[in-house]
Amino acid sequence: MDRLAFLLATGLARGLVIALFALSLVIIWRAARIVNFAQAAMATVAVYVAYAVVTWTGSYWLALVAAVVTGMLVGFAVERWLIRRVPRDNPLPGMIVAIGLVMILHSVIGILFGPRHVPMRAPFSREPLYVGDVAVLSPYDLFVLLLALGIVVALAVLFNRTTLGLQLRAAATAPEVSRLLGIRVPRMVTIGWMLSSAVAAVAVLLLIPTELGLNAHSADILFVHAFTVAVLGGLDSPVGAIVGGVAVGVLITLVTGFLGAGMAPIAVLALLTLVLLVRPGGIFAVKEARAA
Amino acid sequence: MTADARAAEAVTSHGTTPAMLAVEGLVVGYSGAPVIDGMQLRLPPGQVVALLGANGAGKTTLLRTVSGLVAPRSGRVRLDGEDVTQTTVEDRARRGLAQVPEGHSIVTELTVDENLHLGGLWRLPGTKARRAAVDEMYQTFEPLARRRASLGHQLSGGERQMLALARALIARPRVLLLDEPSLGLAPRVVAQLFAILRDAAERTGLTVLLAEQNVTSALSIADRGVVVSLGAIVADAPAEKIAADPALRHAYLGF
Repeated sequence: MDRLAFLLATGLARGLVIALFALSLVIIWRAARIVNFAQAAMATVAVYVAYAVVTWTGSYWLALVAAVVTGMLVGFAVERWLIRRVPRDNPLPGMIVAIGLVMILHSVIGILFGPRHVPMRAPFSREPLYVGDVAVLSPYDLFVLLLALGIVVALAVLFNRTTLGLQLRAAATAPEVSRLLGIRVPRMVTIGWMLSSAVAAVAVLLLIPTELGLNAHSADILFVHAFTVAVLGGLDSPVGAIVGGVAVGVLITLVTGFLGAGMAPIAVLALLTLVLLVRPGGIFAVKEARAA
Repeated sequence: MTADARAAEAVTSHGTTPAMLAVEGLVVGYSGAPVIDGMQLRLPPGQVVALLGANGAGKTTLLRTVSGLVAPRSGRVRLDGEDVTQTTVEDRARRGLAQVPEGHSIVTELTVDENLHLGGLWRLPGTKARRAAVDEMYQTFEPLARRRASLGHQLSGGERQMLALARALIARPRVLLLDEPSLGLAPRVVAQLFAILRDAAERTGLTVLLAEQNVTSALSIADRGVVVSLGAIVADAPAEKIAADPALRHAYLGF
């Protein structure tokens, strides 16, 4: 029982990181109808900048800000100077360009920093806290949990309660009508990329201290899990990304804890297969609107 | 201006009176034969003009060129005297040119309330002003008030068209372009929508260009009728004259 409580709590923290990353994929999908295969590599670049900042200044908080800002800049640059020039009439060119970008970014990181994993310390202890005799979760897990929840709430407020959010949602689903209402749709698409890329950068920053360290490929598995989650939840559904992320995080932690680490990827793929068999559109997919 | 004065002016619409919307020597077409071939059209402020003609006559292309969705090969579009030919769709919308396009004209993933707020985004700065304008629209369009929290895709065809019109009117546009608003709607709903449109034009001095297949309904609220065929204007006269001209109706309007 004690072990279960511990695994559930750490699984929740891990799941929220996956949820954040999946949410970033949903944001881009909704803004630009692109599955951004370069999301992990772009976020890793931002986290390298954060790593440089924490090395120079010693401040984790400045590094967090650097990750967000660099994430936004990378998102801006990739959308404006690359994706915008890709033909949009079918999804394949965008996907190929994104995969090409992954290769370029991996190579550049490799040339600059080499293949080693650079260690990045967590800003809080990773030793579990105890409630009575029961190990629950570490201060770092608690930090991850609170920050991830904070970001989710902030995004929900931005999208649902502000004028910018209203424009972002309208531009994403009805570009032509939005233009007729005076909304600058290309600008909204850029803002969508910037937001998405910043959220992904924070997710990767939160992930690194729980992994071997920072490396060009550090976020690859996170991308696979988050992509699974986004497909499970339906790429259009922010709620699906969050619920699915937490579910997959808890599943991975439970399977790793009870059956061994080797079983975790199999469990994730089994879940993906099962959901795709039962609900090919994703669990939270919105039913297609009927024509009037 | 009275309806009679407007109708009289319609006849001399190529004169020098200031036009709220003007199209000058417009040529539109992607390649080959132009869809619109050298069209001239002037709408004085406050006039409601029915744009009539068969499918493929160029009505939709004209509206899309005026709003900026389609770039003309040559010619000019003027809004209240100002040449807007080189400006973007978004800029024209912010200057008070509203368009209700055919069919999918509302944001189906947003609620009725959110759709209406979007309509007021640029011309009604401030949340309070928008809220007040939205509430005012609910009084004009009562069925919408009951569905304010419903998503666009949950609405009936009539409710969608009502929402599209309300959203266009909320920004107090100077010029309103409508493309086949009656399409697929029950006659009773069409009558209701058109009555609101006529009323809005009279109260706010709105200039309307209304493309319609439903000739009788459109002419019943219009000051003036313009008939297009193969991208050119073939008749331009007060609405009641167009309605009473059997030869014209037979040749271009199909009844």
